[in-house]
Amino acid sequence: MPDTVKALGAPTERREGPDKVTGTARYAAEYRPDGCAYAWPVPAGIARGKVTAVDDTAALSVPGVIKVLSHLNAPRLAEPDDATLAVLQDERVPHRGWYVALVVADTLEAAREGAGAVRIDYAEEDHDVTLRTDHPDAYVPEDKDGTSGEHVRGDAEAAFESAPVHVDVEYHVPPLHNHPMEPHAATAQWQDGQLTVHDSSQGATTVRDVLAALFDLPADRVTVVSEHVGGGFGSKGTPRPHVVLAAMAAHVTGRPVKLALPRRQLPAVVGHRSPTVHRLRLAAQDDATLLSVIHEVTGYTSRIKEFVETGAAATRVMYPSPHARTTHRVVPLDVPSPSWMRAPGEAPGMYALESAMDELAVELGVDPVHLRLRNDTDTEPDSAKPFSSRHLAECLEEGARRFGWAERDARPRSRVHGSVLVGSGVAAATYPVNASPSQAVAHAFPDGSYVVRVNATDIGTGARTVLAQVAADALGVPVERVRTEIGSSDLPAAPLAGGSSGTASWGWAVHEACARLAERLTRSGGKELPPEGISARADTAGTADADSDYARHAFGAHFAEVGVDTVTGEVRVRRLLGVYAAGRILNARTARSQFVGGIVMGLGMALTEGSTMDPAFGDFTESDLAGYHVPAHADVPVIEAHWIDEEDPHLNPMGSKGIGEIGIVGTAAAIGNAVYHATGVRLRELPLTPDRVLTALDAGA
Amino acid sequence: MGTDVFHSEVPMTVNGSGHSPVVDHRSTLLDVLREQMDLTGAKKGCDHGQCGACTVLVDGRRVNSCLVLAVSLEGCAITTVEGLRDADGEGLHPLQRAFIERDAFQCGYCTPGQLCSAVGALAEAEAGHPSHVTGPDTAADAPVRLTKEEIRERLSGNLCRCGAYPHIVEAVEDVTRAEPVGQDRSGQDADGTHGTQDEVDA
Ligand code: FES
Ligand code: FES
Repeated sequence: MPDTVKALGAPTERREGPDKVTGTARYAAEYRPDGCAYAWPVPAGIARGKVTAVDDTAALSVPGVIKVLSHLNAPRLAEPDDATLAVLQDERVPHRGWYVALVVADTLEAAREGAGAVRIDYAEEDHDVTLRTDHPDAYVPEDKDGTSGEHVRGDAEAAFESAPVHVDVEYHVPPLHNHPMEPHAATAQWQDGQLTVHDSSQGATTVRDVLAALFDLPADRVTVVSEHVGGGFGSKGTPRPHVVLAAMAAHVTGRPVKLALPRRQLPAVVGHRSPTVHRLRLAAQDDATLLSVIHEVTGYTSRIKEFVETGAAATRVMYPSPHARTTHRVVPLDVPSPSWMRAPGEAPGMYALESAMDELAVELGVDPVHLRLRNDTDTEPDSAKPFSSRHLAECLEEGARRFGWAERDARPRSRVHGSVLVGSGVAAATYPVNASPSQAVAHAFPDGSYVVRVNATDIGTGARTVLAQVAADALGVPVERVRTEIGSSDLPAAPLAGGSSGTASWGWAVHEACARLAERLTRSGGKELPPEGISARADTAGTADADSDYARHAFGAHFAEVGVDTVTGEVRVRRLLGVYAAGRILNARTARSQFVGGIVMGLGMALTEGSTMDPAFGDFTESDLAGYHVPAHADVPVIEAHWIDEEDPHLNPMGSKGIGEIGIVGTAAAIGNAVYHATGVRLRELPLTPDRVLTALDAGA
Repeated sequence: MGTDVFHSEVPMTVNGSGHSPVVDHRSTLLDVLREQMDLTGAKKGCDHGQCGACTVLVDGRRVNSCLVLAVSLEGCAITTVEGLRDADGEGLHPLQRAFIERDAFQCGYCTPGQLCSAVGALAEAEAGHPSHVTGPDTAADAPVRLTKEEIRERLSGNLCRCGAYPHIVEAVEDVTRAEPVGQDRSGQDADGTHGTQDEVDA
């Protein structure tokens, strides 16, 4: 089957490309059903307390305003599993920005003016939003899936004390915001008891199930469509309040309702990355082998929902040591609920671990690439399971070769370009291999064309394209003959685009359905198909989520070169390079874009992105794109992403690992380590903004 | 909707054809395009002039359409991403083709803004407008050659959270290479951020 070889791995152009460059691809807020009204939410103006009165008189007198909803008159919902979805259900205000009212109007302008005219009275209570490692309420969360809680191996403290070489350092990562370019939005419509919602979501099947439960409907009375989604990075992974509000407003007004969240409101209601404080203690023998690793992470969670930024999870995977302790602690505060943001846990955790490894290399007087190679392993340190494949060493070696690492003068401050100090740094990357059960249907038509149906979501990964490639591969036909239908909950149920598991999960089901269809076609021995064609179905429950005897993770290595301006304190990245071992790469073109995109977000984490929880107001100081600086064109140099061919028979039928998140893991550490190499000064709090860099340079000089 | 003290009819040309929408005086061009004219190519990323997703061309110049009141545009010619065409007026604009070839997007939400912004930036360079990175000793009023550094600088008002920047720059560069817009007057090295300074080894 020669076509098979061509389909998977080929750099096929993304199928929706023409729609996206001509503006015809429609996102959730771009549907205009007849009679569509507009909603605008009202966020709480206090950090903690209760709503005591809602005065909607002025709002209702704004021409065009139809309705003002609050907990006093909103429909009652069934209690959700996720407390952030219990919107307008009671008078409680758990954090600033929590929605307390919703205005519905004939036009966007009227809805917005109406929202500004709603008067809310509160009974304010004292709040506490400040994360401290010695907070009396800090606790070790339950370890539900192996990534949280506390894991202990040997006697980590005693071994640390007895070792000849140690580092004991603290790293700080601020709150970070996902800020996908498309703000969260939904257009909802009820017709004859049937709810249809266009939602900006990473997984419409879950949104459908959650809405059905909240509004007490059978699932088949709800359809959720997420055809094109303008990024999510975790913040659209599960339903967010906007979709519940839109459905509620449409129900109450009897009109279709469109709700697109204003950018400034996102940080308080769609989740964010919890800030984390990392204390890292690494101890090594003189020969650079690790003896003890202690990684303690403290983050916060909200009062209404526990979320743990599992910063020490990757430390359980990376380097062997006879003694280790990895501990998570969370402090419940009066803050917005944190949630997933690209590589939750791994991104901040590997920033801290890989920075500390760099410090250890300096203490030992060894090359940082060498230190990592010296501490490579075939066995996952924490679980003692063999890795299904681990080509970290190859990534480091290939990266070092391509980057020209051998020519690097190891001494800090060894390259001076006028007022600019130039340095380079390295960090490793890892991300777990995840997959969840999915269903899919493959259908063959008499004219030799095929369609695969699965409720996958394309948040920018190119899911339509890569699933066609998977199908073509399994059917043994050219990819042009296969259509994909995705992005609607009426299609076979599928898990979300998240955890770098979308392609693995959907592809697995598509592969199985197509393999079955191919078998049926073979059995029919070339007989004419019935006019409607024939179908095969697959459900990977029990297969995709089966336990494995292997520890399955992707690995990678990041290399960075920076210039640090000693006059302005500005850090500019000159070069970035990533090399990955992530199983089989299914589409070289779209995969490269995902890797590069992850690296760019890592660059932002290192240099520009940071939010502040204001202690007095309980609010994020940097909530929109003017205050919260995501990297812009001028920040981003040439970025190289490479991968090594990795055969791993213990994954899914495609042999792929996830690629959506590993690019952000370790990038910030590589950049921070490069800043140290450039300047000889170690900064341990992100982002490395000019004020911090100048202060550190002055102190270090 | 009729005209009254809060609403006016505003004759304008949109993508080559005449329209006279009646607009709320508070409405931005972006909202009129998206909500009244069903031209949803221009995107709303921030509604505050911070992201560039809403970039369109007004009389050939790029603007953030979320910052322009529609009522101020009487007689103006608006071009949105839906109106971009190649020189024959038939197929995709060369930038649109280059974006597909270079995979210069992922989610696509910033893409219409990047495209309109790039069209505007090419015209500005052609007309000799300098940018922050254009060298001081270059001739005035001659076209500026768009190096990678120039492209990055001139497109920095268009954020891409998917991080497609390197591919966007390559796509724009492909188009400038295919249709040379003039000689280099940037006086700068194409890539090095600090490349013009002498390297001194300590
Ligand atoms: S929507 Fe206009 S600049 Fe962001
Ligand atoms: S392609 Fe998603 S924001 Fe640019």
